[in-house]
Amino acid sequence: MFNDPVFMSRSLTGLTLGFHVIFATLGVGIPLLILLAEFIGIRRSDEKYLLLARRWSRGYVVTVAVGVVTGTAIGLQLSLLWPSFMRLAGQTVALPLFMETFAFFFEAIFLGIYLYTWGRFKNPWYHLLLGIPVAFGAIMSAFFITATNAFMNQPIGFDLVDGKLANVNPIEAIFNPAMPTKMAHVITSAILTAAFVLASIAAFHLLRRNDLSHEGVHYHRRALRLTMTVALIFAMATAIIGDFSGKYLAKYQPEKLAAAEWHFETSSEAELILGGWLEQDGEGGYEVRGAIKVPYALSILAGGLPSYEVTGLDEFSIEDQPPLYVHYLFDGMVGIGMLLALIAFLFVLGNYIRRLDSFHPWMLRAILIGGPLSMLAIELGWFFAEIGRQPWILYGLMRTGEAATTSSSVGWMFILFLILYAILGTVTVSVLIKMFKKNPIQKELDRNEKTGESFFEESSNEGGTSS
Amino acid sequence: MQIQELGIAVLWTFLYGYLIVASIDFGAGFFAFYSKYTKRDQKINRLIQRYLSPTWEVTNVFFVFFFVGIVGFFPDTAYYYGTALLVPASVVLILLAIRGSFYAFANYGSKESTFYVFLYGATGLLIPAAMSTVLTVSQGGFINETESGVFFNGLKLFTNFYSWTVVILAIVSVLYISAMFLLFYADKARDVEAVGLVRKWALFWSVPTILASGLVFFGLKSQAAWHYENILAGNWWWFAASFVFFIIAVSFVYLKRNYGLAFLMVMGQFFMAWFGYGYTHLPYILYPYIDINGSVVNESMAIALVIVFILGLLLLVPALYLLLRLFLFDNDYVRGKRSSGKA
Repeated sequence: MFNDPVFMSRSLTGLTLGFHVIFATLGVGIPLLILLAEFIGIRRSDEKYLLLARRWSRGYVVTVAVGVVTGTAIGLQLSLLWPSFMRLAGQTVALPLFMETFAFFFEAIFLGIYLYTWGRFKNPWYHLLLGIPVAFGAIMSAFFITATNAFMNQPIGFDLVDGKLANVNPIEAIFNPAMPTKMAHVITSAILTAAFVLASIAAFHLLRRNDLSHEGVHYHRRALRLTMTVALIFAMATAIIGDFSGKYLAKYQPEKLAAAEWHFETSSEAELILGGWLEQDGEGGYEVRGAIKVPYALSILAGGLPSYEVTGLDEFSIEDQPPLYVHYLFDGMVGIGMLLALIAFLFVLGNYIRRLDSFHPWMLRAILIGGPLSMLAIELGWFFAEIGRQPWILYGLMRTGEAATTSSSVGWMFILFLILYAILGTVTVSVLIKMFKKNPIQKELDRNEKTGESFFEESSNEGGTSS
Repeated sequence: MQIQELGIAVLWTFLYGYLIVASIDFGAGFFAFYSKYTKRDQKINRLIQRYLSPTWEVTNVFFVFFFVGIVGFFPDTAYYYGTALLVPASVVLILLAIRGSFYAFANYGSKESTFYVFLYGATGLLIPAAMSTVLTVSQGGFINETESGVFFNGLKLFTNFYSWTVVILAIVSVLYISAMFLLFYADKARDVEAVGLVRKWALFWSVPTILASGLVFFGLKSQAAWHYENILAGNWWWFAASFVFFIIAVSFVYLKRNYGLAFLMVMGQFFMAWFGYGYTHLPYILYPYIDINGSVVNESMAIALVIVFILGLLLLVPALYLLLRLFLFDNDYVRGKRSSGKA
């Protein structure tokens, strides 16, 4: 295995993307939440919301740094590990990749400006305006990079002449049928996840309430109200788009849906399978055991009607089928998504009904685990989407095995990058924890009280950069 | 101008942009560590941080822009360079990852760690060294294509004298460009102490820079005769002009005046050398396998890329201008009179 360039290339790509996606997801979602907090803060002259925006952006910049370097790594690894694929894809997907770097450029420029101009303008709305391109650039980069990935799932917009791509229509290639659902699902789930991760931090502090002053409790409660409201909206959006994605798969990539749902034989009135395991019977077929089966649900998911005929795996030859374990990835993703929506719904409901306490310890515990779970769902979702289109790198056009590099050193590079990510991951977490431990919320609230100055006029003296 | 020439000109310009901004960044990393090590960091490092903190991410994008763009315009580059350069490019990626993230850890995080600054400084010299070897590879002789694929002779590159002269040139130019920029920035900050120190660095590194340039120029004759002949065939004036810019820049610094203009001259010096080198390298992107005329992407894609590029520039140029105005041309900010306003 270690000497197999195809297997090791897949592993290394999966490793880099799996690590990058943590930071990329936060990168898409957090700027929007920072802007919302700043907006509410300025609007209501509420310094606690402004402090939220500042503290979030302080932590955010550390995650951006790791996101940038791992993003650079995957960008170059595409050519290093999949040279034949990039040679072919360069003809068609270069445009969205290129546009992604523009969006990234735009975001990078304004992020630098946004972070270093707190207190520089008399009118606080100017500072908020500078943050808009950051959030916009972040979402646009997700848009373009997902369009690239969607093309790999649904390559259209060219003619195949003697094994070479000709008459390429870049616009058609970007706006391929897979693009709308993929793009919408990636962006909404990223915002959902970012909201849950930030909520998880606030819940953690509220659970250790004894350490907090009255003011501190209010600060974290504001954080929870904002993040959970955002989470509820985007959980619903993610679920609706998830349904569209199911219909898309049924039409364009039926074997991915069939593998996810262990739907072996084409049939109408198909049932949805939750959980369970597979047992091989004597004739090489499979038997689903221990699963919850929801009648008609798969037909409804795939086509909107119980009578919809769902294509089964039997219509694909064995070498064109994705591995069957993608079922667990799919179930994990959907299950966590539903759970997150429920948590957010209960919290928001509790805010409106007087007799319910949305800050009950059990609610807080649920939110606390919701953060890591949401990130897990992102990973599961990506692994499902990527492994689900095996054996193809370009669906129906180029097999993964033909695209990988021939170099024999990929195994060693895998080990090097594994060490790198282990170090980066550990140091990032410890730096973030130290950063906020050294400067607890109470200190900042007190300082603000003492000086009696507003955040936008006060100049922060951290790092001794002020005269 | 044909589409492939336009494409390569655009990409080469971006690489020039990277050469300048990354040199400032890479060199500053080394100087930051050196002055911390020699306990002179009080003044200098604050200055370096004021410039770098808001801009380091932008530097990185120039690089990403280049390697995405070149695969877009010339997909063959992914095939040849991608297969051949797996190991050296992975090493560059790891160094870049260490550098970028540890910069953020050291500056935005809470820890004042000499070790982080050391990593930042050391990678600042290793990255340009590793990257510059690609220039040597592009001139031919280290990549072979056989029936079973593309192979890279890493050992041959490692033991090649010319390749090492390019590495040396890369390192000393990084320090020279960076010192020249910091001199301009320190002068703008009216920081007399820092000016005195950085001026010495700038003068010091100018000598090896010009010596190494000469060495590389003459080393080319035996390493890549085709390229050397292209230069002699009416293109030597690029390099002569580059030398004139160098003399003017160093004279200004020696006479302790016009540091801003001196830095512009440094940019001119590298502009002429870089474009002279690039122009005479044509039509090859990788001798003799990738010729720009034979490997350009299909026409509709190339046109789309150019259109997007122009639209992108319309967006980027005002944004970059705003960034420069706020952090480079704002005298109050540079002098530290204005709060850095860090969140």
